[in-house]
Amino acid sequence: MQDILSVSAYNGKAIDLQEIPQVSITQFRTTIIDAVESGCRIASLFAMFSKADKRQLYVVLASDDEDKLYILSAEVNDSYPSITVDCPQAHLFEREIAEQWAIKPVGHPWLKPVRFHQPYRDVPDIWGRGENEEILPSVMEFYHSDGEEIHEVAVGPVHAGIIEPGHFRFQCHGEDVLNLEISLGFQHRGIEQSLIGGPNKKTLHYMETLAGDTTVGHSTAYCQILESLAGCSISHYAQTVRGIALELERLANHAGDLGALAGDVGFLPTASFCGRIRGDFLNMTALICGNRFGRGLIRPGGVGFELNSEISEQLCARLRQEEKDLAVAVNLLWNTPSVMARFEKTGTISAELCGQLGLVGVVARACGIECDTRLNFPLGMFQFAHIPVSTWHTGDVFARAYVRWLEIQKSIAFILDQIKLCPQGKVKTDIASMGPNKFCVSLVEGWRGEICHIGITDSDGVLCHYKITDPSFHNWSGLAIALRDEQISDFPLCNKSFNLSYCGHDL
Amino acid sequence: MIKPLLARLQQKHRTIRFPKSAPKLPDRFCGKPVIDQAKCSIDCTVCLDLCPTAALKKENNVLTIDLGRCLFCAQCAQNCPAGAIKFSRDYRLAARTKADLVLSEHEMKLAEALDKKMKSLFGRSLKLRQVSAGGCNACEADTNVLSTVVFDLGRFGIQFVASPRHADGLLITGPVPENMLLALKKTYDAVPDPKIVIAVGACAISGGIYENHPQVRKGADKIMPVDLYIPGCPPHPLTILDGLLRLLGRIK
Repeated sequence: MQDILSVSAYNGKAIDLQEIPQVSITQFRTTIIDAVESGCRIASLFAMFSKADKRQLYVVLASDDEDKLYILSAEVNDSYPSITVDCPQAHLFEREIAEQWAIKPVGHPWLKPVRFHQPYRDVPDIWGRGENEEILPSVMEFYHSDGEEIHEVAVGPVHAGIIEPGHFRFQCHGEDVLNLEISLGFQHRGIEQSLIGGPNKKTLHYMETLAGDTTVGHSTAYCQILESLAGCSISHYAQTVRGIALELERLANHAGDLGALAGDVGFLPTASFCGRIRGDFLNMTALICGNRFGRGLIRPGGVGFELNSEISEQLCARLRQEEKDLAVAVNLLWNTPSVMARFEKTGTISAELCGQLGLVGVVARACGIECDTRLNFPLGMFQFAHIPVSTWHTGDVFARAYVRWLEIQKSIAFILDQIKLCPQGKVKTDIASMGPNKFCVSLVEGWRGEICHIGITDSDGVLCHYKITDPSFHNWSGLAIALRDEQISDFPLCNKSFNLSYCGHDL
Repeated sequence: MIKPLLARLQQKHRTIRFPKSAPKLPDRFCGKPVIDQAKCSIDCTVCLDLCPTAALKKENNVLTIDLGRCLFCAQCAQNCPAGAIKFSRDYRLAARTKADLVLSEHEMKLAEALDKKMKSLFGRSLKLRQVSAGGCNACEADTNVLSTVVFDLGRFGIQFVASPRHADGLLITGPVPENMLLALKKTYDAVPDPKIVIAVGACAISGGIYENHPQVRKGADKIMPVDLYIPGCPPHPLTILDGLLRLLGRIK
């Protein structure tokens, strides 16, 4: 195994496609299983079809202990023995590969569609649905329990609040949830397919809207790919602005989530205070670039806007005020027994399960696992300025709330520091065209967790494959597991404590 | 008990006085675009080539911009060699028809109020069911924010409700993926008549950046009649609120 994984890659460093170790599918499978057993995570696993109908599987393994990335590839036919059987965290990746390319992972224990679309190549899909047969979302075999007192609850796709669509199927015994199965795909817009042959004038806008609440995270991951494939570096100044924007995005969403968690347990003071403060953070991003979500801010070669001294001063003053307001609003939560009674020991995930499922971001750190792209695989500003990792050990709703609060405080301190130290430099550098036959992994710690983009160029130096893995893709199965043996009435609270993206998953 | 009360005092009163006065928007905010036709040269196509959604068109030497497609990325304004396009900070953008979203000059026909009968029904109480149909969660977020203490949507009698059966209309975001078509139609059918439909954001109005994707239906009005279009990517909360209040005749 060590030999095969001898070539390590770095976040944001393009390598030649030829450098990637090619192994047999058997070796590919066992290497992944062994690596995950010894502590690696699957950051991404996908299939690529070349024009010559050659099909290739790629995996990117992340070792948070060694701070290393490993890439491996194998040629595959129409089927191969499933990895999931021995390594559960491959389950959704394998379902995705099966749905997209009609490559069957034989023995996959729950081989069901992910996004409900026709395969990308002209063959019957692996579920035997006809070519012209209409594919309806969430029409599949759900797990179900039988018994006199067992009942099933189906929720969605249209939910009760202002929220994206998804379908949740609960098997219940009285109030107790035996199993929750989550079926998504309603938001599928075909983004990855439309990136092939790019970049073009639409590409950046796809990145900004593939998960609109993570505009900065995803557009940063994409720009890092372009810059790396073109062999360009951006100014220290532009890196600073990107870092500030990423942390502002985290602040807005974490503050909003804490408010929403308060709302879900009926504690309205914090709900309304944080609702307002969230908007104020969005307005800080708008102060820099005019748009509350950071549209137009991250650009290939740097950033779209200058952070001048007037804006910096305003930003500092506002941040200091929000820090005070937020401390008052959030500390109410920890001091209110009726809130803590609902937060503690609800929706618990053990560190062991977290590792098995390959969960990332706030959810993993709330299980006590120290994984944070900003620390393990730093790129851009985070190579020079470190944000300490925030963890808590209880794995419940409280832990996920508390880790957010710890991160808020560190992000504010980081931004204030960066503004103080911000050097002069070029806002944007022209970037060259991309090199041919390259492979690049770009990781960014978005507010939900690890964002993984992979760009591959063909012999003409255009994108022939682009793979996006939003942290939600890893974490949705965590939510399903967190609900086991919980009360169904705690679902909104658990769901909010994860606050995962539907469109980022559905692409 | 005392802590929440003290916190409440510390947090202060935060509701804006809109529509009497509007808060100051950031200097870099991109609102309604303004075209100076005199400056636009006949054979220049810089902006047309740059626009990611073909929002700009030039016919009979008149340059037009379709707000229903525009992402307000301002690439056109930043790159126009003659400076013929500028984005103002005017956040008022909502219109009743798609034709009204196509601008060639300064003036824009903003949304008019509902007719007398509909206004008497909904003018003081409008319950909306929001449906995200492929929305990226930005339009959703800036709609959601209207219910915070800052905008306090409830004071206008407008409220988002949990069931289409309780609603007077739909507020739709996103380009309507095939996978959401049935759910959207069912939700629409479940709203009792008479009802209104509001399309928020470039995706819901025209399909936006996803217009030519076979996976989507190019926006809400391909499925059902739309009464109000609120452009933007995403629209600013004030743009949405202004549109809703114009529809109800609360702003003229």
